Amino acid sequence: MGTINLLFSTTTLIYLASSILYLVAMVGKQPQAGRVGRWALLVGVVVHASCFAVRHSAAGATPVTSLHESLSFFAWCMVLLFLLLDLRFHLSVMGAFVAPFTFLLMVGSAFSPDIVVPLNPLLKSWLFPVHITFAFLGNAAFALSFGAGVMYLIQNRMLKSKRFTGIYQLLPSLDVLDKVNYTCLSVGFPLMTLGIISGAFWANTAWGSYWRWDPKETWALITWFLYAALLHGRLTIGWRGRRAAIFSIIAFIFLLFTFLGVNLLLGGYHTFEAFATL
Amino acid sequence: MNIVIVGLSHKTAPVEIREKVAFPPTAMEVPLQQMLSLPSISEAVIVSTCNRVELYAISRQPDAATIEMKQFIADFHGLKLEVLQDHLYDFEGEGAIQHVLRVAASLDSMMIGEPQILGQIKTAYGYACEYKTVGLILNRFLNKAFSVAKRVRTETAIASSAVSVSFAAVELARKIFDSLENKTVMLIGAGEMCELAAKHFVNNGVSKVLVTNRTFSRAEKLAEAFGGVAVNFDNFREQLHRVDIVLSSTGASDYILSAKKLKEVCKERRYKPMFLIDIAVPRDIDPAANKLDSVYLYDVDDLQGVVQANLKGRQKEAAKAELIVNEEVSQFQNWLSSLEVKPTIVALRQQLEQVRQAEMAKTLSSLNKLNDKERKAIESMTCAIVNKILHHPTHILKQTNNGGDGNLYIDAVRTLFDLPDPVEQNTNPNPDKSD
Repeated sequence: MGTINLLFSTTTLIYLASSILYLVAMVGKQPQAGRVGRWALLVGVVVHASCFAVRHSAAGATPVTSLHESLSFFAWCMVLLFLLLDLRFHLSVMGAFVAPFTFLLMVGSAFSPDIVVPLNPLLKSWLFPVHITFAFLGNAAFALSFGAGVMYLIQNRMLKSKRFTGIYQLLPSLDVLDKVNYTCLSVGFPLMTLGIISGAFWANTAWGSYWRWDPKETWALITWFLYAALLHGRLTIGWRGRRAAIFSIIAFIFLLFTFLGVNLLLGGYHTFEAFATL
Repeated sequence: MNIVIVGLSHKTAPVEIREKVAFPPTAMEVPLQQMLSLPSISEAVIVSTCNRVELYAISRQPDAATIEMKQFIADFHGLKLEVLQDHLYDFEGEGAIQHVLRVAASLDSMMIGEPQILGQIKTAYGYACEYKTVGLILNRFLNKAFSVAKRVRTETAIASSAVSVSFAAVELARKIFDSLENKTVMLIGAGEMCELAAKHFVNNGVSKVLVTNRTFSRAEKLAEAFGGVAVNFDNFREQLHRVDIVLSSTGASDYILSAKKLKEVCKERRYKPMFLIDIAVPRDIDPAANKLDSVYLYDVDDLQGVVQANLKGRQKEAAKAELIVNEEVSQFQNWLSSLEVKPTIVALRQQLEQVRQAEMAKTLSSLNKLNDKERKAIESMTCAIVNKILHHPTHILKQTNNGGDGNLYIDAVRTLFDLPDPVEQNTNPNPDKSD
C-alpha cells in the first residue's frame, strides 16, 4: 500500500509541476518551459503506469473498480493520448489545459474513497480490462477533442470579431485545431465502439445476455450515436470548423454524463462495488 | 579612451538633408580613410542608410573629435556645416555605447523592431574591416552590438508581430490555414497594395495564383509576374470554389461579390475556410459575408486595426529591450575602462621610477664617501617610498576595473602625473585581432 501511495502522490506532483511549466510557457511566453513540461508529463505517465502495475498485482485484478481508480486511470489515458497528439501537432498550448485538468483528476481521485475492493467474481474475466481500457481511452480521446473544440471556438471568435487578446498568438491555427478535433474523433470513435462491443461480450459471459438496457448502456449508446453522427457529418457532408467544434463539445457533455452522471445519479449494474459505497 | 558618435537620423533630419549626406555603399573606402586621418580619432566606421547616417570613432579627446567629425561630414559632401548643425547629434562614452546598442537592436528605428538596421550596421562594419579602419575597441564594440541585438530579438517579442498591412494579412492567413503551401490566391483587380500582399503570399508558400481584371491584358500581365493564370473577369466567380485566399481591390462602385454568391461558393467548397481580403475603397465584398461560418473577411480598416495593435505590442516589448540594453551598456563600459587600467598603472610606475633614479643619481653623485652597503640602503629606501606611495592608488585603479567611474580616476591620474598616452598601440586599426 505504501508503494502505491508513494507512486500516486509522485505522479500527482509531477502533473502539478508539468501544469505549472505549461502555464509559465503560455502566460510568460517561454516556450522552453513548455518543452520541460512535456518531459515532465512523459515521466509522469510512466510513474503513473507503474502505480497501476503495482496496484494490479496487489489487487490481483484490473484496478478500475472505484471512483478513485477510475479518475486516476482516466487521467493516465488523457496524458498518454495528449503526448501522442503533441508528437504530431506540437500543441504545447493545449498542455496548459490538459496538464492542469489531469492534475485536478488526480486530486479528485485522491479525495475519493480509496478501497481496494474484494473483487466480485463476476468481474474476473479477461474481457473486463479490455472493456475498461477501450472505454477509457475512447473517453480520453473525446475529452481532447472537446478541448480542441473549445480552443477552436475561441480562436474562431477572435478571427471573426477581429479583436485579438493575448491568447491569440499562442493558440494554434484553425486548421490545426480542426485537424486535432478530427484526429481525436477518429481515434476515439473506434475505441468507444470496441469498448461497447467488448462490454457486451463480457456481459454475456457474466449474465448470459449481451445487452440489458442498463442506464449506462443506454446513455453510452446515445453518446455513441452522437459521435457517429458527427463522424458521418465530417466524412460525407463536409462538416468542419465551428460546426464540428460545437458538435464535439455537445457530444462530450453527453459523454460526461454517461461516464459520471449515470453512476452518481441513475444507478444500474455499472455502479457495482465501490460506487455503491459512495 | 572614448567611443564618439556623430550623426543624424529620421528623428532629427528630413529626407532632403539625409539624402545629401548619405555615403554611397559602393565607394566606402575613401570616406573611411579620410575619416581615419582626422587628427584626434583612431578607428572609424560609417553607417549610412536611408534613415540615418552615423560615424563611429574612438578618441582620446572626444570634444575635438566631435567637431572634426561634424566638419568632415559637411566637407565630404560639399556642404556648409551650418546647414547640418541643427540636425546633427553627438554622443560620447556611455551615451555613445547606449546609442549604438539601441540602434542595432532596432529601438531607434522609424518602425521599432524592423530587422533591416542590424544588417545595415553589419554591412558598414564589413566595409570598415575590409579597409582596415576598425581596431580592437570598435571591433569588440560592434560585435557586442550584434549580440545584444540578437538577445533583444530572442528575449523579447519585439519583432514577432506584423506591422505592415500585407504582412498582417499573411499572418492572419497562417492563423487560419496554418501552412500556406498548396493554397490558391485570387487577385481581383490590381493595385499596389494588392500586388504587394500577393507577393508576400507567394513568398510564404502559396503555390497557385489566379488573376482577374476587367482589362484582360492587365490580368495576363500580372499573372505572368506571379507565374499564375489569368481569368476572364466575366466568369471569375466560377473559379472561386478553387480559391482559398481572395485579394480584392477593384475600382467598382458596388459590391462585386455578394454574400449570397459566397454562400454558394462555401457549399461548393464543402465549407473549407476562405480568407477574403478586401482592400478596395469603396469595398468590393459584401461585409455580411463575414457572418458565413467558413468565411473570414477583412477590409482595409480591419487590417489597419491589426497593425495598430501589433505596434502597441511592440512598444511594450521595447521597454523590456531597453532594460537589456542598459544592462549591456554598463558591462561594455566596464570592459572599456579596464582596457586602460593596466597601461595607466605601468605608466605611473615608470614615471615615478624615472624620478627616483634621477634623484638618486643626483644625490649619490654628491655623496661619494658611501660604501656599497650604504648605497644599497638608500636604494632600497627610495624603492620602498615609491612602492608605499603607489600602493593605494594602484589598488584604487584596479578596483575601478570592476565598474563605477573607471575613466574618472584614470583621467585624473593621467592629468595629475602628466602621463604620456600609452594606449595607442592597443587601438591601432587591426581588424584581424578580434576577440
